Amino acid sequence: MKTRKRSNAPVFWGLFGAGGMLAALFGPMLVFITGVAVPLGLILPAGAMDYPKMLAFSQNFIGKGFIFAVISLFMWHAAHRIFHSLHEIGIHAGFGCKLLTYGVALVGTVVSAVVLLGIGF
Amino acid sequence: MDGWWKKNPFYVEYMVHEATALFVAAYAIVLLVGLVRLGQGLEAWTGWLEAMKSPLSIVFHLALLVAIAYHALTWFKLFPLTMPPIVVNGKRVEPNVVVSTGWTAAIIASLALLGIVWRIAA
Amino acid sequence: MSEQKVIEIEVLRYLPESDQAPRSEVYKVPFTDDMSVLQGAQYIKDHFDGSLTFRWSCRMAICGSCGMMINGIPKLSCETFIRDYYPNRITIEALANFPIEKDLVVDLSGFIEKLEAIQPYIIPKEPRTVEQGEYIQTPAQFAEYIQFTSCINCTLCYAACPQVGLNPEFIGPAAIALAHRYNMDSRDGGQAQRMELLASEDGVYNCSAVGYCSEVCPKHVDPGNAVNINKINAAKDYFLRFLSPKGGAK
Ligand code: SF4
Ligand code: FES
Repeated sequence: MKTRKRSNAPVFWGLFGAGGMLAALFGPMLVFITGVAVPLGLILPAGAMDYPKMLAFSQNFIGKGFIFAVISLFMWHAAHRIFHSLHEIGIHAGFGCKLLTYGVALVGTVVSAVVLLGIGF
Repeated sequence: MDGWWKKNPFYVEYMVHEATALFVAAYAIVLLVGLVRLGQGLEAWTGWLEAMKSPLSIVFHLALLVAIAYHALTWFKLFPLTMPPIVVNGKRVEPNVVVSTGWTAAIIASLALLGIVWRIAA
Repeated sequence: MSEQKVIEIEVLRYLPESDQAPRSEVYKVPFTDDMSVLQGAQYIKDHFDGSLTFRWSCRMAICGSCGMMINGIPKLSCETFIRDYYPNRITIEALANFPIEKDLVVDLSGFIEKLEAIQPYIIPKEPRTVEQGEYIQTPAQFAEYIQFTSCINCTLCYAACPQVGLNPEFIGPAAIALAHRYNMDSRDGGQAQRMELLASEDGVYNCSAVGYCSEVCPKHVDPGNAVNINKINAAKDYFLRFLSPKGGAK
């Protein structure tokens, strides 16, 4: 019988699933708040995302964790889906595709971690 | 296999919901830029907030909103396929109940998020 | 007597002795409302061209041999009726994602190998002698896997699965559903052996949850669900092997 290699997919699939879940639960509302409501001054109190507030939020443990989870997991979720879609439309450029998808997610994760640590507690 | 996904409406829908990933990625990048600007201090952050007010940005975010809402819709719609059956009192929960529970959870989570942001902002 | 209705049936023909590549041929087939697409093909064979080749046996959606692409959708031709297409043309082709052997007959040897590979039989947890008596199973334990026993190996789900088309090595929906059927059986102890295959690069993670396999399955096996449940099982196995002394699958 043919011997088969164990797949490392559980790692990426797990990140994909976690990001997909987070995006499904909070994604639309986050976009609405940061991209529509706050810029247009709708619903939320004025200055909801002003510097002192956002700084405090990003210095808070929970806030930090939330920002990190949203940015990095959204990226891993998207990377996994886009990687598969590229394969499905016939682009199988192995390493190049991985760099473009998982590579970008990794960079995004590292950058957001560095910035969040730099902001302090 | 070229163009296989154009051959059946079922596949087309699959490709559309897979494509929402492009919008999720775009939004993550917007947030990442925002985070970097926040780390750079008051001025940089205010600049980012201003940029978010441009008409182009608003239109872009409306598109993101639609796409990511579609992601949420289809994410839970696939639960009967992607999740193990849920058994309550020895009976298998109907697929459509599973799906609507997911949607309800998303609505509650969204409202909770809005509420929390409101409290922090006020 | 009402006028005889005639439907056009376009058949993807391929005779390996004479054809370089598959070609289409259209036949005008008189039909009655009780005629299946399979009977349409039989009419063509009996009246127009005896060389037309296709598989069938039971004519009642249970043997699983008459699958074909009907207007691009994988279906059992014996339970698909001509009247539902009339007056439009019906196109029939060999099942997608398989090599064509002749006309509507596909080469199933790859599928058979996959079926064998998942060890589709009970690997007893503890061997019992005849004296020890039968293996006991409760109705609740039976209910765990009954759905996945309904598969008739028609391979419609393989024809529906783009990932099978993209990677012919992918174990695929029906074989994984059958592996799941045995893994879920309380008498079986072969889960770790099957997991090696399911968690491999030819295994469950080839699936991207398209879900069309479950849509076309004539027996409501929901093979897609079996595949996705085993992504979770394989992930548990992947991470938990670091904790367990036995180390899970290799
Ligand atoms: S799972 Fe369904 S579609 Fe697939 S081979 Fe079995 S009966 Fe046919
Ligand atoms: S002839 Fe047996 S399933 Fe159609």
